[in-house]
Amino acid sequence: MKEVISAKTVWQAPELQANAQRRGREFDVSQLFVYASGLVILFYVLCALAPQWVAPYEPTLMMTDKILSPPSSTHWFGTDYFGRDVFSLTVYGSRDSLFIGVASVLVGGLFGGALGAFSGYIGGIVDTILMRFIDIVMTIPGILLALAIAAALGPHLFNIILAVAISAIPGYARVMRGQIMSIKSRPFITASRSIGTPHRTIILRHVLPHSWSPLLVMATIGLGSSILIGSGLSFLGLGIIKEIPDWGALLSQGRGYLTVAWWICTFPGLAITLFVLSVNLIGDQLRDMLDPKTSRGR
Amino acid sequence: MSQLLDLQHVTVDFQSKNGLLTAIRDVSLQIKAGETVCLVGESGSGKTITSKAIMRLIDYEHGRISEGSIVLDGVNLAKLSQHELRGLRGKKMAMIFQEPMAAFDPVFTIGNQIMEAILEHQQVKKDVAWKQAIHLLERVGIPEPTLRMKQYPNELSGGMLQRAMIAMALACGPELLIADEPTTALDVTIQSQILQLLQELKAEYQMSILLITHDMGIAAEMADRIIVMYAGRVVEQATSEQLFEKPHHPYTRGLLRSITTIDSHRGNRLFSIEGSIPPLTDMPSGCRFHPRCPYATQKCLLDEPPLFEINGRQTACWHGEQLVESEDGIGKSEVMPPIAVIEPKHDQHHSTLQRQLLFDVKGLSKAYPVGKGLLQRASSLIHAVDDVSFTIEKGETFGLVGESGSGKSTLGRVLLQLEKASKGSIRFQGLELTQLKTAELQKDRRDMQVIFQDPYGSVNPRWQIGDIIGEPLMVHEDLDATVRRERVEALLEAVGLKRGWYERYPHEFSGGQRQRIGIARAIALNPSFVLADEAVSALDVSVQAQIVNLMQDLQRDLGLTYLFIAHGLHIVRHISDRIGVMYLGKLVEIAASEELFLHPAHHYTKGLIASIPVPDPKQKREPFSLQGEIPSPANPPSGCRFHTRCPAATARCKEEPPAWQEIQRGHWVACHHPA
Amino acid sequence: MCKRFLGRILASIVVVFGALVFVFCILYLLPGDPVLSILDPATATPEMIENMRKELGLDQPFHIQFGNYFAGILQGDFGTSLVNSDPVLPKILLHFPATLALTLASTIFSAVIGIVLGVLSAIHRNSWIDIVARLVGLFGISMPTFWSGILLILIFSVYLGWFPAMGSDGFMSLILPSLALGFVGAGFIVRMVRNSMLEVIHEHFIVTLRSKGLSEKAVMYRHALRNALIPAITIIGIHIGDLLAGTVIIETVFSRQGIGRVIADAIMARDLPVVQGVIFFSAIVYVVVNLLVDLSYSLVDPRVRRAS
Repeated sequence: MKEVISAKTVWQAPELQANAQRRGREFDVSQLFVYASGLVILFYVLCALAPQWVAPYEPTLMMTDKILSPPSSTHWFGTDYFGRDVFSLTVYGSRDSLFIGVASVLVGGLFGGALGAFSGYIGGIVDTILMRFIDIVMTIPGILLALAIAAALGPHLFNIILAVAISAIPGYARVMRGQIMSIKSRPFITASRSIGTPHRTIILRHVLPHSWSPLLVMATIGLGSSILIGSGLSFLGLGIIKEIPDWGALLSQGRGYLTVAWWICTFPGLAITLFVLSVNLIGDQLRDMLDPKTSRGR
Repeated sequence: MSQLLDLQHVTVDFQSKNGLLTAIRDVSLQIKAGETVCLVGESGSGKTITSKAIMRLIDYEHGRISEGSIVLDGVNLAKLSQHELRGLRGKKMAMIFQEPMAAFDPVFTIGNQIMEAILEHQQVKKDVAWKQAIHLLERVGIPEPTLRMKQYPNELSGGMLQRAMIAMALACGPELLIADEPTTALDVTIQSQILQLLQELKAEYQMSILLITHDMGIAAEMADRIIVMYAGRVVEQATSEQLFEKPHHPYTRGLLRSITTIDSHRGNRLFSIEGSIPPLTDMPSGCRFHPRCPYATQKCLLDEPPLFEINGRQTACWHGEQLVESEDGIGKSEVMPPIAVIEPKHDQHHSTLQRQLLFDVKGLSKAYPVGKGLLQRASSLIHAVDDVSFTIEKGETFGLVGESGSGKSTLGRVLLQLEKASKGSIRFQGLELTQLKTAELQKDRRDMQVIFQDPYGSVNPRWQIGDIIGEPLMVHEDLDATVRRERVEALLEAVGLKRGWYERYPHEFSGGQRQRIGIARAIALNPSFVLADEAVSALDVSVQAQIVNLMQDLQRDLGLTYLFIAHGLHIVRHISDRIGVMYLGKLVEIAASEELFLHPAHHYTKGLIASIPVPDPKQKREPFSLQGEIPSPANPPSGCRFHTRCPAATARCKEEPPAWQEIQRGHWVACHHPA
Repeated sequence: MCKRFLGRILASIVVVFGALVFVFCILYLLPGDPVLSILDPATATPEMIENMRKELGLDQPFHIQFGNYFAGILQGDFGTSLVNSDPVLPKILLHFPATLALTLASTIFSAVIGIVLGVLSAIHRNSWIDIVARLVGLFGISMPTFWSGILLILIFSVYLGWFPAMGSDGFMSLILPSLALGFVGAGFIVRMVRNSMLEVIHEHFIVTLRSKGLSEKAVMYRHALRNALIPAITIIGIHIGDLLAGTVIIETVFSRQGIGRVIADAIMARDLPVVQGVIFFSAIVYVVVNLLVDLSYSLVDPRVRRAS
């Protein structure tokens, strides 16, 4: 039955299909969330690239007359113990946090993806050894590994990125490998081999084009967790000690004033959550779109 | 006689992403107590939906009965609540499904699942249910029932599971058994056993059977009455004899004519219904068959025909009566114009080229290790192909048949070096393929191409079909883009597709059209040899015939040699000049097509042929069929591998593997006691 | 069965050894001189540094250092702290129970919430419970634990005063941290169980069960659930490792004494032997947990049981 509904024939005009799809989407509430998430992410990107356009105050500006004042119309997120505007701090703090997240996903995804693709395509003993190695690395939970690396390397932006990236590599490698293996076993690869297509061409033209999408999904969701780990590290005090703290450090500093100023911790935390949430929503949507298995029941 | 089941004007709608889809429309059918009714039709005809509608299982799939009534023994099922239905399901009506492997819960034992059905409907203790279940398993012919009760589904073969499924369905003595393609996933010998079992049980339990099938042979064998569905509607309803004697609806007529039987003449072109089955989303107006109907008129295009009562039967065709009158006696006896060229041309080949060999295979074996880990060595080997020798001549079609697990597909893949042979030699056009280096092999692949079974999986879904067909040209020939495009467009035309479809993607095509794409790709380089690995098995009967015809046309035009691997024996017989029969990795018989079917020498071949249902209700075939199932290739029987199932086996067969002997010119067999 | 058991144990030992090598390599290869982090580079003479090196065996080549460390591990000696010369293993063992309690409590919390919500949301698709479950799943994986922990402290300690905000004594002090930590796990498990349940519901055998006349309850809770839980168990197993690691942050937030705090402090002090010891120790715990999960698999999934 499934097959019949999904089978499209030559005679079905493409416009008709497009229309049907559009109609189906109009009533989908979750679609609304996805668009909202997109907007949220755009806003964060703007904050990171041009905080001066968004933040009402200089993040370093200490308004000594307004120390620890609660949220108000002038200071949306309140002020901290130096009299700095928490909203502005949060806006400026997004720069390092996002940079750590994005850069570590790029580094980790690239290395992990390449490793997994290599291992999966080569197969055999090389694959077995590499995967055992990945198993071993995976016994050490990501954040511990990142902690150790960050601690050993010392507090520097690039070290944090490296630490987060390395801890994410095994995950990417596994996903990529699984994907490559499953594509390799698909009949159209056999068909291409039977034609006499050389390996290089098969990899470039058949295998790789099919393996981007899960990596993309993984990277999107990985961005969320990278930001969580990155800000976790700086929360623990391994981050960069700078004039403008990133989100994790902001929370860490605010923790001491919990009983007197709830807002210092609450809003930056909310900012992290909102961003990661949006990224995850987009990631889920991407996966649903790219994976026929999960979209069938909709 | 009273009706046990009475469907009146049933329409079923499904809620889908693209809105409401009507899956079946205005379906009426009746089943009397003790009657077997077959619902036949191709994929998309709505036969499965009809059966699920009766069980009201469609409710769980976003479907609902929007019109009509389904009355079972006085109760209108369409109006019952799910709670009330539960009391009837499994008790008054039971169902068995197409894929027995997927139909059992993998984490519960067989016994557990059968007992569950008993305990649901009968007020009995567990130990009573246990005994009942064992009794049922015994009845359906499962050896060692006590042991099977404790086993999990993955530990049983497909045939055994289907038996267990039948036992489960019978647990509470249902009055109606719905069997949805119960044998489609099984081998022909097992199919024959299961059908026979169903016949026996029907009498024993005095139940009615609604059998859903796409196989006219099964319908002829099993049915009292046959209902033909097309595109969600009933198009014809008649007794089995009436229908096969004189099909009224043009679709039924086409369907009956497009199947090959043992009687059909090999030289003839297969009859085929043009076009393909419309999808639910795009139903033609008027009579749904009109775009494919040779007799369609303006009226057919505009108005939907109701089911007319003609000659004590029903037909949904505006011109049914006229057609029957004007073409009286047309039926299946009418012969198609022969493709006169095929056979003579073969003779020509034989004489002029003096039986030139294309493939010469000697002592070929392929073994797979099982249970191999990183540190362990392989604990045993599965000999998928074991010491096979044969030849394929230039220009002929060599057929290869056998049950699943016989190694026929492996043999095909090894032949083309898609897998390395473990032992033996393969000479192709005088070239020893097993010794070739990868680069040389890649070059030589241009002469041997493959058409694959799965028309959906064997093309890259992200490529335009022009690129798919052009891939071999790109690899082997240095053409510039416009020349290549021209070649591809010519190929599209050659396989019956339109030139303008170059830029379309595979998902826009139906199964049959995709198989044409696969064929176009295979012939793009003018190869001398094409392996067709179950190339038509996944297709509907009416489309199958189109593809077989196309393959034969291309063979004639391009002088191709085919290795045609399939499990559908009649199709193989039709297309092949010579046929090889495989059993458990061994080649057991080779003979010319006619010779093999008329005088099978190996008892396995004999059993296989006897297992095929004959699409003629008057010709009840002798109840001879092979007993038992194909043993595991990891641990094949000693001596002649077939001795465990052979009716003529002697002590010698158990010990001594039979030698390959020529009992007649060109007729080889490996049997101690050839028939 | 027994052979499989032994094989798995053997493989686990190999993995633990591999983890040891890996941890050692990482910390050895990374730049940074542990001696300099103990001695103040401003006041220490090169001689003092050299002596300290010798004392710690850091002047030896890599394989000797590793050999010594490995020999120590075999005798239960994880080395001594650079800061106060305490032996590492007793320190870990002293603080482990508190962390174990936290991990277990949050595992139970997340497994219960995750499985119940996941199953219900798959069965009642698009109902309010599905929406709740999806939100829990999404928020669970999106909220940083240090934030949710702080929020819990704010609400339940600072304003309501129901639970203590810090410390590791007694049951009451366990509740907030395990909620904070367990919420992450619940998020993962809800998503996992929901997906795998949805997949199972579309399997063919579900239709068979319905056609037998079984009630939806029996179909869902007796059959579908059991099938769906098989992959969920793996996820829970893998996740225990993350929970263990998550204690680093949670124990800091709630000022609990546990091995998470131990490593956090050690990292601040650049106390390498302690860092190494805790990471290695947690790798052992991870491997043991997954070994248990793997073996429990065969209880749930007959396909694994009979395959041996």
